[in-house]
Amino acid sequence: MGTENKELKEWYKDQFVKFEKRLNGHSKSFMQKYRVESLKKFDEFELPNMKNEEWKYTNVRPIFKHNFRPAVLAEKVEVTRQLVDKKLYKQFDCNVMVFVNGQFEPAFSKLDCLPEGVLVDSLEKVLHIIPELVENKITKLSATENSFNALNGAFALDGAFIYVPAGKIVEKPIQVLFLGGSKTDDVLIQPRNLIIAEESAQVSVIANYQPIDSDKYFTNIITEVYAGKNSIIDLYKIQNEGSESYHVEKMDVHQDETSVFSHYSLSFGGSIVRNDVNSTLDGEHIECNLFGLYLGNNDQHVDNHTFIDHAKPNCVSNELYKGILDGKSRGVFNGKVMVREDAQKTLAYQSNKTVLLSDHSRIDTKPQLEIFADDVKCSHGATVGHLDDQAYFYIRSRGVPSDIAKSMLIRAFVSDVFEKIKITELRDQINRLIFEHLQRVEI
Amino acid sequence: MIQIKNLHATVDGKKILNGINLEVNKGEVHAIMGPNGSGKSTLANVLAGHEGYEVTDGEVIFNGKDLLEMSPEDRAREGMFLAFQYPIEIPGISNSVFLKTAIDEIRKYKGEEEISAKDFLALIKEKAKILEMDNSLVSRSVNSGFSGGEKKRNEILQMLMLNPALALLDETDSGLDIDALKIVSKGVNVFRSENNGVIMVTHYQRLLDYIVPDFVHVLYKGQIIKSGDKNLALELEEKGYDWLKNGELETA
Amino acid sequence: MSDDMKVVEDLTQSEYKWGFITDIDADEAPKGLNEDIIRFISNKKNEPEWMTEWRLKAFKHWLTMKEPKWPNVKYPDVDFQDIKYYSAPKKKPELESLDQVDPELLKTFEKLGIPMDEQKKLTGVAMDVVFDSVSVATTFKETLNEKGIIFCSISDAIKNHPELVKKYIGSVVPYTDNYYAALNSAVFSDGSFVYIPKGVRCPMELSTYFRINASETGQFERTLLIADEESYVSYLEGCTAPMRDENQLHAAVVELISMDNAEIKYSTVQNWYPGDKEGKGGIYNFVTKRGVCHTNSKISWTQVETGSAVTWKYPGCILKGDNSVGEFYSVAVTNHHQQADTGTKMIHLGKNTKSTIISKGISAGKSQNSYRGLVKIGKNADNSRNFSQCDSMLMGDRCGAHTFPYLEIENQSAQVEHEATTSKVGEDQIFYLNQRGISTEDAINLIVNGFCKEVFNELPMEFAVEAQKLLAISLEGSVG
Repeated sequence: MGTENKELKEWYKDQFVKFEKRLNGHSKSFMQKYRVESLKKFDEFELPNMKNEEWKYTNVRPIFKHNFRPAVLAEKVEVTRQLVDKKLYKQFDCNVMVFVNGQFEPAFSKLDCLPEGVLVDSLEKVLHIIPELVENKITKLSATENSFNALNGAFALDGAFIYVPAGKIVEKPIQVLFLGGSKTDDVLIQPRNLIIAEESAQVSVIANYQPIDSDKYFTNIITEVYAGKNSIIDLYKIQNEGSESYHVEKMDVHQDETSVFSHYSLSFGGSIVRNDVNSTLDGEHIECNLFGLYLGNNDQHVDNHTFIDHAKPNCVSNELYKGILDGKSRGVFNGKVMVREDAQKTLAYQSNKTVLLSDHSRIDTKPQLEIFADDVKCSHGATVGHLDDQAYFYIRSRGVPSDIAKSMLIRAFVSDVFEKIKITELRDQINRLIFEHLQRVEI
Repeated sequence: MIQIKNLHATVDGKKILNGINLEVNKGEVHAIMGPNGSGKSTLANVLAGHEGYEVTDGEVIFNGKDLLEMSPEDRAREGMFLAFQYPIEIPGISNSVFLKTAIDEIRKYKGEEEISAKDFLALIKEKAKILEMDNSLVSRSVNSGFSGGEKKRNEILQMLMLNPALALLDETDSGLDIDALKIVSKGVNVFRSENNGVIMVTHYQRLLDYIVPDFVHVLYKGQIIKSGDKNLALELEEKGYDWLKNGELETA
Repeated sequence: MSDDMKVVEDLTQSEYKWGFITDIDADEAPKGLNEDIIRFISNKKNEPEWMTEWRLKAFKHWLTMKEPKWPNVKYPDVDFQDIKYYSAPKKKPELESLDQVDPELLKTFEKLGIPMDEQKKLTGVAMDVVFDSVSVATTFKETLNEKGIIFCSISDAIKNHPELVKKYIGSVVPYTDNYYAALNSAVFSDGSFVYIPKGVRCPMELSTYFRINASETGQFERTLLIADEESYVSYLEGCTAPMRDENQLHAAVVELISMDNAEIKYSTVQNWYPGDKEGKGGIYNFVTKRGVCHTNSKISWTQVETGSAVTWKYPGCILKGDNSVGEFYSVAVTNHHQQADTGTKMIHLGKNTKSTIISKGISAGKSQNSYRGLVKIGKNADNSRNFSQCDSMLMGDRCGAHTFPYLEIENQSAQVEHEATTSKVGEDQIFYLNQRGISTEDAINLIVNGFCKEVFNELPMEFAVEAQKLLAISLEGSVG
């Protein structure tokens, strides 16, 4: 492992030299300093391994066995409008941003109905024109804690930048499509997304991760979210990468008083998928909702880590993650709720439920409560089981064949997460994905 | 329509049915009575094909076919309907999706067209009315959050919607207040016709005041020990089961 | 601060009641740990060669291991060379009857409320007492002998029943298991041994009392309990220690073997000295307890833990046989600066295995109370079930309650359910009880006892009463 790591680190350091040349200039910018620091950390960090509690159930060695080429250094991949259209979620009106291998494609994007003052653009461009808007947020929200974060930081260049000034309401959701993969290289795609909602602003974002084709690639994302006082943010993530791909995202959310942040994490495709969602509730009367659905099939590995940090009193957090695992897939859930000393009158609910559909599927779940304040109501629960035999018989006794009966029970199982999705037009499309992914009859 | 011959069944290795013989023809309503643990519910579940019950001997011919060979769903498609004693809650699946799927599957099996949404809604409205059920129930999840009475009514609604050849009512009267019992009975009486049969499993005579059976059978220790007409039920009501347990056995 | 909270505060500042030191001459080993000390211990106990060799093997393995660090427990490093690994009262430990016990010792037992006198015999509890490191008295030997039950110190068992000890020691907790299990295997001083023959239902509760007395001593008992096919036994264990400023180490190993169709009920009331209000002194309690269940057998762990400065302990069950059952019922109370990281491990290997976990944590003062539990359903453990309920109660706003369950499920037919809640003693509850004429102090007791009821119900009657008292004393000042 030792020499392997060294070689890998050398590879990325080498890529960094090439990357720096491409950036020409800006060497004194805060962003460049941040990149250099991140690279240094990447060099120092031990690669995540299963001895580390945070990676206990997820072996990421397959990811580090490859020398992925940062997409910006690889041959540019052209996509067609037809492909873009095929990959977008439809039937509802929305703004559209398209990224191909991490780089913004304005030609495919549609951002013409935004309220005045709202800025939705490529991070790279914003860094050029209004760097201060980025500077006071970007490195403050997310700490560099492991090799993945450091790697993203070292090559951080582009991503979705969404800024909603105080009092503005973006009525139509912003759908951000990230297409990945290349015929010529195993590419490393590292979007750096930043979403800022100032006081009383509202915005709804759909992050849509999909493959261009069936190539192997690695998406390593950092998403930072700032929810200002009284703001409302809905953030959907529909992760459906190619079956050969790796996907790692760390999302850090900072919430100010009376803000409401809701995250809907829907995981489908990918060989190894790891999602970290961390939210700091740094003010009173905040609401934080984390909903998740993870579907595993074949040899997939899906790992969801969440951390809700109740730092101040009178906040509410609500977490519900549900998973269905078929084939030889493995699921991991690690959800931590921290209630700090000052956070009296906290209400925190957490629930994780998993259904195993096959003899070879497996789940490791670890819900955690860490409570340092006494006047709180916190609960968590986790269940693992199979589809209900009684209900299965009941449905069949009404003449419904066994495969549809199973689909009904799957649908019933996911329904409570499903119904949380506010964009109702999205539900049917998600429903299709669920059954497609499990290779079962859709109902 | 159905012939049950020398039916034996076990649950978890325990013998429950010890040679049941029963024949039900179209247009007949049979009541099966008996004390707790006599095997009434087991009989209903075995006929519907519940996997927890193992048939160790005997045969059941339904519409000329070997019933015991069929999967639960095929039994349903052949026209067998079980109204569960404890209807299952399926949160997240609406009654309408559930029932339409069931109707379409049964129709497909018979080589018929699927029911149109319009016809389906009209049908459910009509049937729900008989049972004095609220229209909102169509969009509610199957039995989820229903009271005991509502669940039983929902079972009868499903029966009316699926229109089976043979309905097995497993203690459908238990836990019902008198008003609900009247409504449920009305549903069954609307259903009964020259083209179908009903087997009612019950513990009490009360139900039989509202749904008058053609035959009454007493089940005890997994066998039918006495058969008669509706007067047998009255006799049981008066004397209890003990006189039968101790007295001479008359087989059906 | 509300009045109610003041009462809670007052209640939670009581002193440790069992903190007296018994003045008895002791036969001690010098401080430190090396092969010679191990030979010394083994020699003192007249052990056979195989036992000495086993200890030395364990010691050598221990040397290769690193002291574990746990994320939620903080304490200064233990200096393993600054501990005495053997201390025995000088009077000969082998006694024929209680009359021969050192009167000082008997006084100690009286203070502890240990039922050693004739009158207590009526309660039908057979008792083994381990004082510092040596078993000093075992009661009811004859009654048990008649049934073929062996209940003696492990030292006696090594001498008199070597074939049983040799076969089972280290079979459930091998010395390679963890750092403290290795240390225990090397230096264990004494402990209890129980063997229940085939088909025998042990007619009385078996009980052991452990007490650390001498200063700077580590206590390393070893308990081995074998319930042969179709047998039943209920075993109780109690622990106390005097008040001392320095920390003392307690690293025990308990191994249970429940053969086909057997049942073992193992209850513990642990009340080691927890340290004073400022967190000075107290016992470090690092214990490995594990049982293996064969076909159709059952092991039930019940524990009430109020003592120790630091507790690290996860009594577990390896459900190896089909249809075997594991249970864990626990109340853990922490106060002042205590830290507890306890829970259980339920390893389902056989088919149709069932486990139940009920854990109640109560935190007061500045203490930290963590539940850490593992439920693992192996690939072949078809139709296995687990239910876990972990509830925490907080008293005061400077303590912590934490829950870390690990569920590792590799079998599709498994049904696993974990639930946890955290709450505080509600002011509205207290008010309601006040309004019915109950004092705040009693109200808190009632609420706490209600909270723990499911666990107390599992304890043998006499222990349940004791446990309730202990709980009250741990959390109150006025009682006792």
